[in-house]
Amino acid sequence: MIVKILQNSFRFFFLILIQVWVLNHVQWNGYVNPYIYILFILLLPIETPKWLVLLLGFFLGVVLDMFSNTGGMHAAATVFMAFARPGVLRLIAPRDGYESETRLSAWSLGFKWFFTYVVIMVLLHHLVYFYLEVFRFSEFFMTFAKAMLNSAITVVLILSAHYLFSRQQGVKNEYFKR
Amino acid sequence: MRNLFLFLWKYNFFLLFLFMESLCVYLVIRNNNFQHASVLNSANKMAASIQSVVNSITEYINLRTENDALARENSALRSFIPDATYLDSVQRRFMNDTLYKQQYTFMTARVINNSINRRNNYLTLNKGSKHGVVPEMGVVCSGGIVGIVKDVSENFCTVISFLHKDAKISARVKKNDYIGSMVWEGFDASAGNLKEIARHVNVQKGDTVVTSSFSAIFPEGIVIGTVSEVDKNTSDNFYNIKVRLSTQFGSLSHVYIISNLLKGEQRQLESAQNNDR
Repeated sequence: MIVKILQNSFRFFFLILIQVWVLNHVQWNGYVNPYIYILFILLLPIETPKWLVLLLGFFLGVVLDMFSNTGGMHAAATVFMAFARPGVLRLIAPRDGYESETRLSAWSLGFKWFFTYVVIMVLLHHLVYFYLEVFRFSEFFMTFAKAMLNSAITVVLILSAHYLFSRQQGVKNEYFKR
Repeated sequence: MRNLFLFLWKYNFFLLFLFMESLCVYLVIRNNNFQHASVLNSANKMAASIQSVVNSITEYINLRTENDALARENSALRSFIPDATYLDSVQRRFMNDTLYKQQYTFMTARVINNSINRRNNYLTLNKGSKHGVVPEMGVVCSGGIVGIVKDVSENFCTVISFLHKDAKISARVKKNDYIGSMVWEGFDASAGNLKEIARHVNVQKGDTVVTSSFSAIFPEGIVIGTVSEVDKNTSDNFYNIKVRLSTQFGSLSHVYIISNLLKGEQRQLESAQNNDR
């Protein structure tokens, strides 16, 4: 329990620093700004109470808003994502449900499951965020294209970060043996 | 009452979500409103100090180009000091003393946070209310315009960059003085659009666009950029003009905050006419 709390708070600070120090400075003609910090919400333990996920999502968004002068847009997107998380988890649950205390990772639930999970959640977050950022419908398709492009890049970054930094518990290196 | 509590308890997750989402939307709308100070901004102490760490590193890396730019500007300014000019009449000195009153003062500031990759970009500068900065002051750099001050804290201020959907700056074509307004339509940090120039006006590729005298924020004649594309094929009576911005928004480091000493007077006079409408 304590280990999980420590692990998640470390992840919180690490992701915020990466996002603010590195990824917010990624600039490619104004089209791309990947948001990897939402990995924190994605990887919260499955038994976390729903309301706590909402509160943590809000807090995460507010901290990021403070750093990037977006005044509530990140918070709105992360809260929406946190709200959708239980539903998404139910939607893509394995046939016999989740075992208790399963880690939400590519190792325990398979790459296909993890990929679907990440794609759905990232799309939800990015669509809300980019439409809030533009806040007008005259640029509808341009914003949609921007959200899609950024989602693709964020998904790739999140998957690579997951494979690089999340260590597998229990059997080691099973993934690489296969 | 009991039923009410049961209802609240049953839908607590959804209600909590609704409450937090509306709080966020409230924050967004408040932030979009230019008149209100935003609640979450990087002018606060913690965010600003963390960002200045990154900034000191990038600034060190860019030191060489920055030095070059400052040296160039120094040499340009040196040519304006009295020692470098030939005083051809007594008259001029006389005019300098009494006819020309100071209207604009410039304060130098360092950029400690900047972005160009969003639809709405902001900068954070290291000057605040302690140094006399107030909202709605203009910000320029040696290359051209930068933006307008939005929120001010004791030591820092945030600036709405020209690269923002609400930024609209009164501009004129330098060679024939036609007035239009500059806006940014997103995506390309090196290009803006000049609107409201009628189609009969002669505008060509390469013409210089400068700030007009209409705004109480920027002095007249600050370079904005050069015309890079003129499109006549529009459905209305105005050109679609693309302007290559002279400001390098991606590498801003030192900027000047402008205060207009006569702005209060101009605004007061103009507000009297607004009441009339």
